[in-house]
Amino acid sequence: MAIVAQSVTKRFGSFTALDDVSIEVRDGSLTALLGPSGSGKSTLLRVISGLERPDSGRVLIEGADLTRQPPQKRGVGFVFQHYAAFKHMTVRENVAFGLKIRKQPRAEIRDRVAELLELVQLAGLADRYPAQLSGGQRQRMALARALAVEPKVLLLDEPFGALDARVRKELRAWLRRLHDEVHVTTIFVTHDQEEAMEIADQIVLMNRGRVEQVGGPRELYEEPQNEFVMTFVGPVNRLGDEFVRPHDIELRLEPNGESERATVERVVHLGFEVRVELRLDDGRELHAQVTREECERLEIAPGAEVFVRPRHTRVFA
Amino acid sequence: MHRWLLRGLGLGYLAMLLAAPVGVVFWRAFEHGIGPAWDAVTTPDARHAFYLTVLIAAIAVPANTVFGVVCAIAIVRRRFPGKGIVNALVDLPLALSPVVVGLAFLLLYGRGGWFGSWVSDHGIQVVFALPGMVLATIFVSLPFVVREVVPVLREIGTEQEQAASTLGASPLQTFARITLPSIRWAVAYGVVLTTARALGEFGAVSVVSGHIVGKTETLTLHVEERYQSFDYVGAYAAAVVLAMLAIGTLLAMSVFRPKEATR
Repeated sequence: MAIVAQSVTKRFGSFTALDDVSIEVRDGSLTALLGPSGSGKSTLLRVISGLERPDSGRVLIEGADLTRQPPQKRGVGFVFQHYAAFKHMTVRENVAFGLKIRKQPRAEIRDRVAELLELVQLAGLADRYPAQLSGGQRQRMALARALAVEPKVLLLDEPFGALDARVRKELRAWLRRLHDEVHVTTIFVTHDQEEAMEIADQIVLMNRGRVEQVGGPRELYEEPQNEFVMTFVGPVNRLGDEFVRPHDIELRLEPNGESERATVERVVHLGFEVRVELRLDDGRELHAQVTREECERLEIAPGAEVFVRPRHTRVFA
Repeated sequence: MHRWLLRGLGLGYLAMLLAAPVGVVFWRAFEHGIGPAWDAVTTPDARHAFYLTVLIAAIAVPANTVFGVVCAIAIVRRRFPGKGIVNALVDLPLALSPVVVGLAFLLLYGRGGWFGSWVSDHGIQVVFALPGMVLATIFVSLPFVVREVVPVLREIGTEQEQAASTLGASPLQTFARITLPSIRWAVAYGVVLTTARALGEFGAVSVVSGHIVGKTETLTLHVEERYQSFDYVGAYAAAVVLAMLAIGTLLAMSVFRPKEATR
């Protein structure tokens, strides 16, 4: 295991940010720490990096107990949400920083920096200052800077959180490709379940300072262990004690004994799919997701009457 | 029209209060030509006063720069008991009349003062000598670096420093390579203000110096002493030297400061 956190607890005053959290991260994997704000995901990342000291528990990186070591002795690369670019240095100097601290020979630094700038597609902007870069470029520079020192693990704290939606999507795909190229064990923090699903091999879902479930994107989506996981990972309808995904709701024109009657309130076209907002006869609301073809076949329009049958529901104790 | 009026008002105000007095000083100093003025500022007493002023500034400014940066970092980045009191105390020299400061040093280090017998037992003369004048100057020029650096430190935050530490920099390396370059213009500006204050200090130094001509007389005191002795050319010429020192400090600042730098 590249990274192990054992029973980590961290309090800020009376607030418990991490409550006896343990995680394991495989060598070379890309792991997402996912959760709503205040769930402790960033704190856990900072504890692993050494920027925060846990009140109790241990942190091991490649088998060595580094709990008492300061960040500069941990061999981690850290990328901040707001880039933390060194404003008084050029892009080149930013990337070279860690190598200069390590007193590497000048020629070696120059070659390594050039190689990294190529990797993050900033080769032409080496002599600019961070203030002259866009947000996406700054974050790629920060990533190159973190990778320059060949860290044992790469830690990203909401790396795309401050970027606009389009750049965020581009960088996501780019990060995934980069990871496939350089293979450094990576943990990134996000509150966006879609982002986690899209790029992570493993997702650690956190809530209120605890780990709710650990698993692959598909596992979390299809086999959620509790109500929180079910509702956080993907859209969901609640019918009494039962939870059902919108695409697991069958719509039909005729009743079949198991179905309930509902009225179509609104139809939202999402491209290939259509979200149908429904109200059952007893007043409960739910929404179903069907293909456009299905929608046309059933002639679904606001005010129409349909029969709904959940194909697959879950009940949590 | 409106704009011209505003501009005229602003410039007129500055001319009346700043330019006119300085201009008069220059004019009066060179009233009888450069010769007499030059002679007046090259007397042994005047040269000693110049030397003493520069010497005191050369001790007080570095001391306050180091203290100011350390103190600003403590105020912004550390949590310690009594922080509020420290923060308030830093402003005390701005609020306190320099004459009162001088008097306080007399009462502490003078004969019969709290530390008076201790320092004289150890063969150190504080009041009516250089140590007292340096202490008084440090006291009155203490707040400037702190007050310039604190807001800048707040603004830059700690993320850059944290990033440096994850990249392998020790706390000292982080300070030298990240923190210091980020606050350098604030420090520079603080140094200029401190220097100007140290050069121009009169009240506190006047009380602790004892006005011994040729021994404990700084340039400001020399100006006053010449003026009281009806040597107007000597007084104005020494005042011109003081003004030149101040202008030189400001010029050095604007030369070293790059155009794009913003505080």
